[in-house]
Amino acid sequence: MKIICNGKEMAVREGISLEDLIMDLQLNPAMVVAECDNRIVLREEYAQKILSEGAVLELIRFVGGG
Amino acid sequence: MLIIAGQPFKSRLLVGTGKFASAVVMRQAIEASGSEMVTVALRRVDLDNPADDIMQVLDRNRYVFLPNTSGARNADEAVRLARMARASGGGEWLKLEVTPDPRTLLPDPVETLRATETLVADGFKVLPYINADPILALKLQDAGAAAVMPLGAPIGTNQGLLTRFQVQIIIEQARVPVIVDAGLGLPSHAAEAMEIGADAVLVNTAIAVARDPVRMARAFAMAVESGREAFEAGPGRRLERAEPSSPESGLEFLT
Repeated sequence: MKIICNGKEMAVREGISLEDLIMDLQLNPAMVVAECDNRIVLREEYAQKILSEGAVLELIRFVGGG
Repeated sequence: MLIIAGQPFKSRLLVGTGKFASAVVMRQAIEASGSEMVTVALRRVDLDNPADDIMQVLDRNRYVFLPNTSGARNADEAVRLARMARASGGGEWLKLEVTPDPRTLLPDPVETLRATETLVADGFKVLPYINADPILALKLQDAGAAAVMPLGAPIGTNQGLLTRFQVQIIIEQARVPVIVDAGLGLPSHAAEAMEIGADAVLVNTAIAVARDPVRMARAFAMAVESGREAFEAGPGRRLERAEPSSPESGLEFLT
């Protein structure tokens, strides 16, 4: 199925959890904030959060800034 | 001692983490600055380069992270970024920045006040970045801001304390800490802000773009300490005309 992740279309396997996607992308879940369809997903919910077709996902993290 | 939202800080220098040439230099410069609070921004993960994570070099037990809402053009965007920052485990601290005009990066006072009200009600410790506007500073203080952060000059310009007169009025009126943010380009600028009674200063660009950021961080740390000491010592008055420092009497033998 397809989702939109950080503005780009991405093919992912059906029923994938947010946690598995973050791991597949080789990101550290502890360092990433996720927003799915404009709603923040808390870190402790990453494993339960199952992505659905067409989900709009934003993966955000801290970067250097003033 | 500097106290913001009930938390004491030994250092009156806050530093930003942007624009450093490398994560290692950033970490060393922050160490040299003696700062206990550092600003960070929130951005999309670069999916083409996911390992690129400069924040890993900073110990979050050692520094209070002050996430900013840079990039927000209105209150709604700022509130969205603030909630993301909190979800990342950054705590309740927030440097509120609402800058609709990318050319000047000057903050929008109306949207900043609106966002402050929302975020204070939501439990955030809000430190709004503002133009050096004494009336706005009072309104933000009344709205529950934990501090106010008037600019010295536009972000990244290194121009110094162009807003000295207005910042002085803000300091006279404030019941919350006044942190001069943005535009301070040299240690002398930071010292000037501290000498007139600012509670702290926030510096990023001046340190990050210096030829040697670590030494510049140290220079700012000394200037901030020096300026604060001078403020507490109570500066002498200014005069329009000269007044001799040596005694005027006892010179009769010259005539």
